Amino acid sequence: MTTTAERAVGQPIGRVEGPDKVRGAARYAAEYPVGDDLAYAWVAQSPVARGTLTDVTVDPLVEADDVLAVLWHGNAPRLAEADDPELAVFQSDRISYRGQALALVVARTLEAARRAAATLQLDIEQEPHDSVLRTDHPELYTPEKVNPNFPSDTASGDVEAALAGAPVTVDVTYRTPPLHNSPMEPHATTALWADDDLVLYDSNQHPPGVAASIGGLFGLPADRVHVITEHVGGGFGSKGTARPNAVLAAMAAKVTGRPVRLALPRQALFSMVGHRTPTIQRVRLAATADGHLTAIDHDVVEQSSRLFEFAEQTAVSTRHMYAAANRRTGHRLVRLDMPTPRWMRAPGEAPGMVALECAMDELAVVLDLDPIELRVRNEPSVEPESGTPFSSRHYVECLRRGAERFGWHDRDPRPKQRREGDWWIGTGVAGATYPTMAQPSTARVRRLSGDSYEVSIAATDLGTGARTILTQIAADALEVPVSQVRMRIGDSTLPRASVAGGSSGSASWGWAVTGACRSLRESGREEATFDSSELIKQQEKDGKHAFGAHFAEVRVDAMTGEVRVSRLFGMYAAGRILNPRTARSQFLGGMIMGMGMALHEESVLDPAQGTWVNHDLAEYHIPVHADIESIEAEWLDEQDDQLNPMGSKGIGEIGIVGSPAAILNAIWHATGVRVRDLPARLDKILPHL
Amino acid sequence: MKTFTYRTATDVAHGLEPGATFLAGGTNLVDLMKLGVATPDVLVDVTRLGLDEVADLPGGGLRIGAGVRNSDLAADSRVRRDWPVLSQALLAGASGQLRNMATTAGNLLQRTRCRYFMDATMPCNKHEPGSGCPAREGDHRNLAILGASEACVATHPSDMAVALAALDAVVQISGPAGERTVPVTELHRLPGDTPERDTVLEHGELITAVDLPPLGFAARSAYRKVRDRASYAFAVGSVAAAIQVDAGAVTDVRLAFGAVAHKPWRAYTAEEALRGRPATRESFLDAADAELTAARPLRDNAFKVALTRNLVVSVLEGLS
Repeated sequence: MTTTAERAVGQPIGRVEGPDKVRGAARYAAEYPVGDDLAYAWVAQSPVARGTLTDVTVDPLVEADDVLAVLWHGNAPRLAEADDPELAVFQSDRISYRGQALALVVARTLEAARRAAATLQLDIEQEPHDSVLRTDHPELYTPEKVNPNFPSDTASGDVEAALAGAPVTVDVTYRTPPLHNSPMEPHATTALWADDDLVLYDSNQHPPGVAASIGGLFGLPADRVHVITEHVGGGFGSKGTARPNAVLAAMAAKVTGRPVRLALPRQALFSMVGHRTPTIQRVRLAATADGHLTAIDHDVVEQSSRLFEFAEQTAVSTRHMYAAANRRTGHRLVRLDMPTPRWMRAPGEAPGMVALECAMDELAVVLDLDPIELRVRNEPSVEPESGTPFSSRHYVECLRRGAERFGWHDRDPRPKQRREGDWWIGTGVAGATYPTMAQPSTARVRRLSGDSYEVSIAATDLGTGARTILTQIAADALEVPVSQVRMRIGDSTLPRASVAGGSSGSASWGWAVTGACRSLRESGREEATFDSSELIKQQEKDGKHAFGAHFAEVRVDAMTGEVRVSRLFGMYAAGRILNPRTARSQFLGGMIMGMGMALHEESVLDPAQGTWVNHDLAEYHIPVHADIESIEAEWLDEQDDQLNPMGSKGIGEIGIVGSPAAILNAIWHATGVRVRDLPARLDKILPHL
Repeated sequence: MKTFTYRTATDVAHGLEPGATFLAGGTNLVDLMKLGVATPDVLVDVTRLGLDEVADLPGGGLRIGAGVRNSDLAADSRVRRDWPVLSQALLAGASGQLRNMATTAGNLLQRTRCRYFMDATMPCNKHEPGSGCPAREGDHRNLAILGASEACVATHPSDMAVALAALDAVVQISGPAGERTVPVTELHRLPGDTPERDTVLEHGELITAVDLPPLGFAARSAYRKVRDRASYAFAVGSVAAAIQVDAGAVTDVRLAFGAVAHKPWRAYTAEEALRGRPATRESFLDAADAELTAARPLRDNAFKVALTRNLVVSVLEGLS
């Protein structure tokens, strides 16, 4: 039956849970029926950015019959120490940011909870706050490491000497704004205690991690916390760890003795669950007259909260992209009275590659060299910093093949040359990269009655197609058709899986699933379990990346500065593509999010109020259908046997890496206007046309 | 969300107790209620009053019922033929779903927009007179450049109202004190010291219809809206225009701007500057400048002056 094997992986199979989602049968965290005594919770958030909460008073006029509990630090149960201080809800009187959870109303109805929360009297001693990121902030410091565990600074050679002695240099500063993940499904939890066990229906990217975190806070072993996460309506990193909603719901359920549901309103997603830090990035490049880089310097200034040091690895991709003898990267952080930044799709790479890939475009202009050719001339043969060989790197092929498919070759390199009616037209290119990772996971397979198999792993499907791909992987490893595989995921009691993050889900979980299925087949037993930890521990981590090239054609209205992206094209080398249908959606989704980063998305800070003032999807703009004209993704057939049993690289994030830079570079080509402060809205372009 | 009572109005002279407000399509009011910005005690649904006809007026105009849905009005063949600016403005607004719900009067009566006004936790002179306006120093990129006050710099978001202001439409009002008419250009107020009032309507007054007078040259009219993405966004600048040119000279013109003020901004000064002038780019520029000398932009919205100026030229050149 080996003809059955190798059949499923690589096929454009539709999502196995698609029909359930279309019919509304797929349940999300706030949709599970858990009993008539279900109570509803609503969070009262801080109206100030810094201070102390001294008292909370409940309005006696609010219908007390419906309100079951009002929790705040004065009466909330004590929790064990949290690794993540954002989870230590109601454990302190300190207010660290505007929007922080200060109290929780639990009521018989959602309306009563919300109304009571709005009428709570919060006695606050307000203090002056500091919410503005700037390069001359006196409290800037160098964090010990950047996310997740990279050195903050790296340096080799003599960057200053190379810059001073180079015939051609570029010294530019790019700014990216705070961004919010904004998944369609808000963070939500339905919590209930069964005896001393806690059950959480929770929207997250890592059920076992949430079980461990919440268990730790409530003094329970992880196996006494049951996290059910069958379907997730997007997370983009903001659900990678337990968020305050899970703690609040569990706490409320414990205090009231009822099941409690807490679905955060959209506005709370702009403070309580994470965001992408704003960045100020200075990139300096030195090159020979024929376009060989002699120095690369990438310096990043970014922020975190008073509560927790999250240092984004913004300059880390610069460590891998181009050859240059003299190189330096560094990160400086300042702790502000603002919410804690976190992972947001390609944390580090997405903003970092804006600065590097726009700076490369600027260098190409100074050199009068085609920007693709400049990149090709600086292609490294090994990892530029470590000297480790790449397991596979087809960046140049992506650039060249992409150029061919996009139609780059007859491009006039001069800006502001092509005009059709009121529109200036231009094209741009930028590179893409994302690390290829795998994390330890365990899977179990059981032979069921008949010809079927049940494969279990505590993974989650954020809407990416993970469940489908794992089904395909299992089918091939078992050498059976996909119809004989029943995939169970989204439950913390299943064998332990790694987080759905870092574009590592398919590789990590697929590795464990492959191991378990092969073991079952080879042993002939009824059940098999496989833990990939040892194999992953032994694996070389360095030199493993996916690469790609993004191409954009934009038109800019000469009268208004409006930008439209006529064409967006991505060419990727990302190992073996496991399912071309779901992969295409991943690539396109990333590219569209990259378009949002280039043109639309920005959380607008009001320094006086100490908060972002656009906090819903009417005011925080992401692209809409009408913004998407021609968008395409293609990929090279890349073989790499040093990765994982499937030969796959992560594809969930690379689409947002470099696509914003391609659009910004195209805007320059169309108009001669270089926007270095994202997003490139019309008010930044119009005055220069 | 505050508890409220809902009932259906049975006739136009229904009246409205204190704390009550009329509900039509709900596309703005319900949003504001969800945000805690609007907190009515009673909603009186006026969508069953039969005000949903577009009728011919003697002499060539149209009487547009207050309850006519935006999508129906945009598709009306008479509107598309004789007042295309109105159809274009309607179709530039919101989304298909919202236009199917939104009504003519409701569109006119949507509240001004400002990120502070939309957030009940923020100080705002519209929420609470005297609490201050953080927008002047804070976020005001999409706020007013014309007619604003120290108390308020919000903008009126309607596209349709800009076209109606250009077309000299007249609002028919029924209220406790009887019936009256108000031109669309005088329906909305500038903020002054009382920004909590968006319009001149008194409590209990109900818009029953909007009369669109005949304007022969409006057959050559257009609406151009600029926004931060291709669709489903409020304008950052817009222009409604109709122009009549004879032997190379402007004989008549109607011009109104959107997203620049607390109300749809009828550009009377620009119109006056254009009448009798050659229909050239220079004339259009001069006219736009004449109107925009009154602009008082804030730190981050000066681009609207240039944007509006360019839109005037672009739209008028396109029409003439």
